[in-house]
Amino acid sequence: MTAKSLFEKVWDAHVVEPEGATSPAVLYVDLHLVHEVTSPQAFSELEARGLKVRRPDRTFATLDHSIPTLRPDAQGNRPYVTEQAKKQVETLERNAANNGVRLFGYDAENRGVVHVIGPEMGLTQPGYTVVCGDSHTSTHGAFGCIAFGIGTSEVGHVLATQCLAQRKPKTMRITIDGKLQPGVTGKDVALTVIATLGFSGGTGYALEYAGDVIRDLDMEGRMTVCNLSIEAGARCGMIAPDQKTVEWLRGREYVPQGEAYETAAQQWLALKSDDGAVFDKEIRIDGSAIEPMATWGTSPDQGAPIVKGVPVATNEDQERALKYMGLHGGDSRDVAKVDVVFIGSCTNGRMADLRAAAEIFKGRHVAEGVRALVVPGSEWVRIEAEKEGLDKIFTDAGAEWRLPGCSMCIAMNGDFVLPGQLAVSTSNRNFEGRQGPGSRTVLASPATAAASAIAGHVADPRQFMALESA
Amino acid sequence: MSNQEPVNTFSSRIVVLPEANIDTDQIIPARFLTTTTKAGLGKVAFNDWRYNADGSDKDFILNQIDAQEHQVLVAGNNLGCGSSREHAPWALMDYGFKAVISTEIADIFKSNSLKNGLLPVVVDKATYDKLLANPQQRVTINLESCELSLEDGTVFHFQVEEFARQCLLEGVDAMGWLIKRLPQIEQYEQSNGKAA
Ligand code: SF4
Repeated sequence: MTAKSLFEKVWDAHVVEPEGATSPAVLYVDLHLVHEVTSPQAFSELEARGLKVRRPDRTFATLDHSIPTLRPDAQGNRPYVTEQAKKQVETLERNAANNGVRLFGYDAENRGVVHVIGPEMGLTQPGYTVVCGDSHTSTHGAFGCIAFGIGTSEVGHVLATQCLAQRKPKTMRITIDGKLQPGVTGKDVALTVIATLGFSGGTGYALEYAGDVIRDLDMEGRMTVCNLSIEAGARCGMIAPDQKTVEWLRGREYVPQGEAYETAAQQWLALKSDDGAVFDKEIRIDGSAIEPMATWGTSPDQGAPIVKGVPVATNEDQERALKYMGLHGGDSRDVAKVDVVFIGSCTNGRMADLRAAAEIFKGRHVAEGVRALVVPGSEWVRIEAEKEGLDKIFTDAGAEWRLPGCSMCIAMNGDFVLPGQLAVSTSNRNFEGRQGPGSRTVLASPATAAASAIAGHVADPRQFMALESA
Repeated sequence: MSNQEPVNTFSSRIVVLPEANIDTDQIIPARFLTTTTKAGLGKVAFNDWRYNADGSDKDFILNQIDAQEHQVLVAGNNLGCGSSREHAPWALMDYGFKAVISTEIADIFKSNSLKNGLLPVVVDKATYDKLLANPQQRVTINLESCELSLEDGTVFHFQVEEFARQCLLEGVDAMGWLIKRLPQIEQYEQSNGKAA
């Protein structure tokens, strides 16, 4: 038997019809996640053809992108940004009901950002194919899934047939050896990977992350790494399941229970690249050299270790990016004043992320003039965090504590950064205007975001950690 | 999606946006994604490049050209990176574009474009430079022969995934193609313990 990569094993197990010269493969989808923004036109298409969702039992919907994160008023009215946003939510509520699709709506105890709740509920399971009309679907690859974002036409295809017409991508293994320094997180690993590969270095590839650093990361850190695969152009990134994966999923609502779980776990643990598996490309990164990272430009690959300061532009694109950001090459990162700090999103809106931020916020206060917003990734995260008293730490530090949603990550729900303001965000995109027209975004880890909120400028979180251990 | 017009050959003048990494947030900012239809997104295509905060026009090429005359967008490397929003090709098509040309086009944007009849054409650097050298030129795109012809006589052979090309040329509907395979899909579900 020829040695196979993790990707090939999962891919092969989902091929309904193999690809040929003139036709793509028909690929089966185990789990289809749906949200309000990229689904309405797909449901309309089904309706126009007189079709219903073929496998409502494999289709789950949530409300996350356009919903307000502020509480409803006394009458229960939610402060939607526009009537149209409200209509979009109602459209999904109606489409889900008409098709027998389970919607984690406002009344559900597990509503939240689609890539946070999938794993949380155990909907995401090793070896699955997972798709969603959202490019950060790659998050679920942390569980050994082939998980990728699709457009609305394809959402329609999956709703109608549970399959996609797909060409097999090339494979790339990124091995990160060594041991992370204290204070360095999964987000810093991901930003280093993207800076190494470049913005389109992963285009056309399915990534596999491997090596000691990846093994040492907790599941949340692994999700952060896989989440950001798309920012290097790769539609999916995956990590082989191990005992950590098995323990993390145990007992969650949708995974098999009891004996059946142990049987499933045995199969999951076999999902790894064989020795001798061949990849179209391999790269290695020294994990021990990774430092807390922050972006300085307008694409996620324009990042650098905070201690190195703002780099000097070496080409026109970089010059343009620095100009937009209002940063000067050669400056140290404490020169530019930060206006907004956003902690949340499918990249860093989980318990481990909030705990890391809380550690920095504890007993300190947000700098004068900084607006800090902490938005849990899901209702479950919100409830857990409140149980642990993290909400209190955030509000005591002067940060706002919101209801779960995408919020300032995509800035379509009314939470946004004002024109010209500089934001440090734990989200995934620092494109021009991503967090509101004219907004400027620095991407960083939750610890760095919290440290920056306290310092009032982009700050290496280790300075606050060192203080604590001293 | 269903009743797509076949695309074959057409000629048009180009419009050039030479910036690299034009992401889908630039093509259509997220705050316009609360729509539940595809109609009318052309007016917000490149919204923040086209309009000031008060809604007045910026000095920007897409406000100055006749969209009917310029149906081919030539853009810098890595066009369409970022989010999977199909609103990006919808907006470009509603504006009037029929094809986009770049030295690199992001995967999901490319796939979304093909499904809507917006032809993504990836060219080499030399051809890209020739397009930029004469940004007023008229080009001809022939999907049958996969040829892009420039005014100076340059002919570039581009590649399009074969199935997508057939869908575009013959108006084949991809959802219908999958629906025809439902018997095989059911068979797969049965033999893999995935039946409902
Ligand atoms: S948190 Fe941001 S990146 Fe994640 S699903 Fe929501 S909008 Fe997309």
